[in-house]
Amino acid sequence: MRLKSVLSAFAFGLILGAGLILSGMADPDRVKAFLDVAGAWNPSLALVMCGAIAVAAPAFYLAKRRGSTMQGCGISPAGSAVVDGKLLLGAAIFGLGWGLSGLCPGPGLVLLGYGARGALVFAAAMVIGTRLAGFFAPPEGT
Amino acid sequence: MSIVIEPAVLEEALAGGVLIGLAAAGLLLVNGRIAGISGILAGATGPQPKIWQWAFVLGLVAAGAAAAPLGRALPPALGQEPLPLLAVAGLLVGFGTRLGNGCTSGHGVCGIARLNPRSLVATCVFMLTAGLTVFVTRHLLGHG
Repeated sequence: MRLKSVLSAFAFGLILGAGLILSGMADPDRVKAFLDVAGAWNPSLALVMCGAIAVAAPAFYLAKRRGSTMQGCGISPAGSAVVDGKLLLGAAIFGLGWGLSGLCPGPGLVLLGYGARGALVFAAAMVIGTRLAGFFAPPEGT
Repeated sequence: MSIVIEPAVLEEALAGGVLIGLAAAGLLLVNGRIAGISGILAGATGPQPKIWQWAFVLGLVAAGAAAAPLGRALPPALGQEPLPLLAVAGLLVGFGTRLGNGCTSGHGVCGIARLNPRSLVATCVFMLTAGLTVFVTRHLLGHG
């Protein structure tokens, strides 16, 4: 059971990474072109979110109704539903970093697999940033 | 402004999005976990890492490692970014996603897919600040 869930987590990480590469989300140029509404706007990445949500939404609905996974264990509960200052400030800071680099966490890790030096610097800084946030504002559980 | 539409790119974007959705659905239905990459990475590098978290992170890294031999070259844009900028951006992304409890995958895909109002708000906020950042750097400061 445990080995199976480790293998499936690896497989889903691999599929998600392939999706990020294929979709263009791992290309900082494409991401910036998507974010650059005032310039030569390339809206293609909007389809990434549409495709992903269209496939994921039924799974979330199903999981909510079943209440357990295919292996019979519980599903990790949804986090808090409150919109607070931490959420707004955190999202704003994340957007700043995403806009500066064209990289969000998934693509940062995927590009690390290419052995790119820039991705190594980005990923290492990301882990440090995560630790700093935990230091200043410990998360209230996931 | 102008709008750039490339049909081949649109197809790949949609197909890639479907793969991302499948992975999120699979991790939820098989593992009972939400595919929030920033949260999983924070867990894996935190004080009590779980093996599944490392397996998931390694899966993402392995996708990149397999991509080049399969003919998907490293996006050239990454090599053009100055390393100090990538370091600052990485810090902001790590700090912000932890503080806001999610990133593009956790809030943008999973959160919206399960109709969580918090995630919808977070997604609007980070898209907005990311767009503003690109506007300022490209059109006001004249960089990349």
